[in-house]
Amino acid sequence: MAVYIVRRLIWLPFILLVVSFATFSIARFGPGDPLAVAAGQFRDPEILAQVRAERGLDGSVLEQYGRWLSAALRGDFGESFLQQGFSVSELIFPKMWISAQLGLIALVIVFALGIPLGLLASRLSGTWIDPFIISTLLFLRAIPVIVLIPPLLWLFALQLNLLPVGGWGGLFDIWWLGGVVAIPIPDPHLYLPLMAMSIGGFGGVARLVRITALEVQGEDYIRTARAKGLPESVISGRHVLPNSLLPVVTVIGFALTSIIEGAFFVEVLLGIPGIGRFTFEAVVSRDYDVILAMTVITSAVFVLMNLLVEISYTFIDPRIRLGASAAT
Amino acid sequence: MTSAVAETPAAPQGDAAPGLSGVSPGAMLWRRLRRKRLALVSMVVIAIVYGAGILAPVLAPYSYAEQNLERTLEGPSSDYWLGTDRLGRDMLSRTLYSARTTLILTVAVVLSGSVVLGVGLGLLSGYRGGWVDGAIMRVGDIFGSVPGLPMLILINATTRPRVDELARWVEEHTILSNELTTTGGASYFTVAVALSLFAWVGMARVIRAQVLQLRERDFVLAAQATGATGARVIGRHLLPNIAFLIILSVSAGLGAIAGSEIVLTWFGVGVQPPAASFGQMIFAGSGARTFQAHPHLLLVPAVVVTALMFAFNLLGDALNDAMRGQ
Repeated sequence: MAVYIVRRLIWLPFILLVVSFATFSIARFGPGDPLAVAAGQFRDPEILAQVRAERGLDGSVLEQYGRWLSAALRGDFGESFLQQGFSVSELIFPKMWISAQLGLIALVIVFALGIPLGLLASRLSGTWIDPFIISTLLFLRAIPVIVLIPPLLWLFALQLNLLPVGGWGGLFDIWWLGGVVAIPIPDPHLYLPLMAMSIGGFGGVARLVRITALEVQGEDYIRTARAKGLPESVISGRHVLPNSLLPVVTVIGFALTSIIEGAFFVEVLLGIPGIGRFTFEAVVSRDYDVILAMTVITSAVFVLMNLLVEISYTFIDPRIRLGASAAT
Repeated sequence: MTSAVAETPAAPQGDAAPGLSGVSPGAMLWRRLRRKRLALVSMVVIAIVYGAGILAPVLAPYSYAEQNLERTLEGPSSDYWLGTDRLGRDMLSRTLYSARTTLILTVAVVLSGSVVLGVGLGLLSGYRGGWVDGAIMRVGDIFGSVPGLPMLILINATTRPRVDELARWVEEHTILSNELTTTGGASYFTVAVALSLFAWVGMARVIRAQVLQLRERDFVLAAQATGATGARVIGRHLLPNIAFLIILSVSAGLGAIAGSEIVLTWFGVGVQPPAASFGQMIFAGSGARTFQAHPHLLLVPAVVVTALMFAFNLLGDALNDAMRGQ
């Protein structure tokens, strides 16, 4: 397995190279000159040429890419055109942190609610409640995030006046009990984005847990446990539960990907200063260096995440041996 | 679509597959699927939306671009069954033509991306093996590891002006006068190409894995031993045996393709006005205040899109279950 992991890791820089070159060429292929904006209203061709050279925008695409690559290898992703004076790294990492916090909380919520719902459905299989739970969750999964947010905002912010319409206020607010005791409570800006990001995820998790729980209940060792007279609570707590949870780990990767895609729209629609909104603004205003850094960094995260998920399979199910069946 | 499921496997398997005589995997799949009520309901929903798309020019009471600025933002009435939008365009006609957009783009992407590129490269990769296989799969790895959505937005945003230039050139040099640029037709092309670039990977991997197994089966070895050419082995022996897999992957991917178009158009980099798309309709209706004042702007496209996505999901699940023999 170590050989397999090393081989995949060696492969990573090559993927990043291709991805960055593709992004670089596509971005340069587009219309509009970012320097026209950066140079402002009064353009002196001489100064323009000087700025062009400073930003590494002169010469052929290959030359430009070479310069970008050698700088990026040293951790320098250039300077943002949109917010001048800030390096791309300075801008990206704080925003990434906000998105990461939101995404991880949404992930926890998806599993914290999806697993019990799936177990409940499996326990009640044969009654009308089981298909009702599953089909409701699958219906929620079908609603696109861009459709979901306006009604949520209307209901919670305009009609009920419970939550703010958007923005970001950190994770916790301090609530002073009697002016003395500090109690941290979740910031009200969190509820809507988390709702929108997690609502589509329950269905997949709950359905998987339901199916595996039903399968496990039919296994021989459950029948043995029942035959030797173990109480039903011990059977479900000791035998059914752990064995039906194992496969759930395998969908963490999928769940995270869908949360990241959803976060893109949630951040744009709800004005959260995260990485999704930043990428959107960068694409709209052709902030080349930001776009490049974003695709390269997210690709790296995607590849590493997939590798982690694959490695986690082998810990969960020792029958799977990486590399041996790399064909699938 | 339903007829495709029934017909494709009916292709004669010939003398080469005595062990598989009787029911082909596709026919078996279809028999199991027919017993599922939810799957049938989903197919009906999809058929309604696609049928509306095909018949949009016949069914639509108004043109999708016709504005009536004296009657903007109206709720449903006898003149306008689903109300009018901000420019006084009939929402019903816009919905029908949006369904047409969904239809055109999903079919185009499925054909070019999933079927031609995906099946073609999958077959090539699995059958040839060696460095061809390695190269195709590594390219697939790269497409699979790129974050899709930002890339799609970037490609559409940067290449559209070039495609528009191309469309104008085509108009000048052919009998087309201005059909491509004024109807937003050129943007369909950009979106279809961009989505196809990402649509083939999943299909190619599935097909390749299946072909790797089939390649070792007796009937394929026998065909090769009797001197059948590569094209004949692929066309007569491999394709009929992977037809059901193609149907399965296509139906699993349809929802994602339709959703991607809607999302890209919502961002303003997909299908361009005046062409109608659910993405534009949803965008025009989003915003909490807009929803409060004119809920029909969002509700009309939202109901159709959600029903369609739900149907795609359920159908995909049902097909998956039928595949695993349940």
